[in-house]
Amino acid sequence: MTLPLFFFYLFSTIVIASALMVIASRNPVHSVLFLILAFVNAAGIFMLAGAEFLALILIVVYVGAVAVLFLFVVMMLDVDFGELRRGMLQYMPVGALIGIILLLELLLVAGAAYLVPEAAGSGALPIDGGIENTRALGLVLYTRYIYLFQASGLILLVAMIGAIVLTLRHKPNVKRQDVAKQTARNKATGVEVVKVESGKGL
Amino acid sequence: MDSILFALDYLFGAPIFGLGTMIGFVWKALLLLVTLLVFTAYVLLADRKIWAAVQIRRGPNVVGAFGLFQSFADLLKFVFKEPVIPAGADKAVFLLAPLVTVLLALSAWAVVPVAEGWVLADINVGILYIFAISSLGVYGIIMGGWASNSKYPFLGALRSAAQMVSYEVSIGFVIITVLLCVGSLNLTHIVIAQQEMGLAHALGVPWLTFLNWFWLPLFPMFVIFFISALAETNRPPFDLPEAESELVAGFMVEYGSTPYMMFMLGEYVAIILMCALTTILFLGGWSAPIDLPPFTWIPGAVWFVLKLSLVFFMFAMVKAFVPRYRYDQLMRLGWKVFLPISLFMVVAVAAVLQLTGWGWHGGMA
Repeated sequence: MTLPLFFFYLFSTIVIASALMVIASRNPVHSVLFLILAFVNAAGIFMLAGAEFLALILIVVYVGAVAVLFLFVVMMLDVDFGELRRGMLQYMPVGALIGIILLLELLLVAGAAYLVPEAAGSGALPIDGGIENTRALGLVLYTRYIYLFQASGLILLVAMIGAIVLTLRHKPNVKRQDVAKQTARNKATGVEVVKVESGKGL
Repeated sequence: MDSILFALDYLFGAPIFGLGTMIGFVWKALLLLVTLLVFTAYVLLADRKIWAAVQIRRGPNVVGAFGLFQSFADLLKFVFKEPVIPAGADKAVFLLAPLVTVLLALSAWAVVPVAEGWVLADINVGILYIFAISSLGVYGIIMGGWASNSKYPFLGALRSAAQMVSYEVSIGFVIITVLLCVGSLNLTHIVIAQQEMGLAHALGVPWLTFLNWFWLPLFPMFVIFFISALAETNRPPFDLPEAESELVAGFMVEYGSTPYMMFMLGEYVAIILMCALTTILFLGGWSAPIDLPPFTWIPGAVWFVLKLSLVFFMFAMVKAFVPRYRYDQLMRLGWKVFLPISLFMVVAVAAVLQLTGWGWHGGMA
């Protein structure tokens, strides 16, 4: 067995095993940690396929930021593990249905060339060896798909503004620190020198 | 299969599947690891010595001359003590946390070019790799804080999660401005670009290499990067995850002996990595400051270590004389000051490069 093949099977085994553990483990925090393990190994598979930019972006965005916040929230939840387990059988049929649909879709994508001969060659293109895939992505993203790219950026901006509008509350009775005001304080405005005669007080 | 093989070859720059090259690779990795660990031991000592000197103390001076073997004595002490695991702790995660910290910190070094060609894996997305690995560093802290099942560690972990995610954003933008100037994500290219273009060339004195380096044209980004690096590595004045006056020792309260040592080791290796990254991005990596004989006789690796040590000296001085930030001020600095400035600089640098045609074009495929 060659080394890349070995790593492919290693990564995919860990992805599948940790994906199973995400739904099987008793502790929600362990679930999130297994999810992170699955992400990292998925990045490994990307790397093997020659998509090193996507692999590292997956780690930076999903593992480095999204999953951290996810973990953050799950850790602060007070979850009754017994209650959680009881619901599992109840939701199993729905979960299985969604899983099967996803599997079918993936099979359709992967096996399109077998079902419809005309579709051959329209799937993923092989990597062009002469060009880094960061550059290759940029060349496509900023030329052919520039409007879609900009539109998705705007959608994200709207989502961000929405989240801020929904959660930002100005409480009237909270004392807030105004840094500009503080640094603008000088001797004249901050200190009052009072001449106190002895025995009299102010 | 061929495509995967090709991809791996492409990633590592050369075929790595022969047994001989494999052994060579392991040998190089071991050499780097041992050098790095010994260097870390002395950086730790230097940190304590500098801190002591600022406070007019002597610092560690008992083990060996000038305390030169202090770190090794500490190592033995940590290793021979009994690890205590709290009764309510999540044992697996508790022990995994320091391992994660130290392994991540060490693995980032695989792509750091110490001198021309002295790099384990000269991958073409090197800077992104380091960024990805350093963004994972937060997991060691969160896992440790949560698994300890205790109040102070958990508070430390929460603080750390928010802090590291916040400052990663500005570090990302700073890196982007440098990448715009270089046009490549390869760390070796970033250093070479600083040798081949810049202010010294524009002024007609190409031998004054230190004017070429990005610290001068991108000075605001250099400052932002330095401060964000302090925050990213939980160094004072941003050491809120382990603020001893508020949280005892933060996420490390329940740790002792070897696991504690691994946390410390991981932290210091990450600090040295940030110093190395500052050196590569802004101080010209291994290149000599003046491209004339007495300076060029000194090998590149020595220059690299010298510059790295200079940056670390600044880290240590900041630790010694800047008081700790309050948490809301820390968040304000990250989101309201650094983020807008760095975002604006990305746009400004991109505009300048586009309009003037400056920037390095050697990395183009």
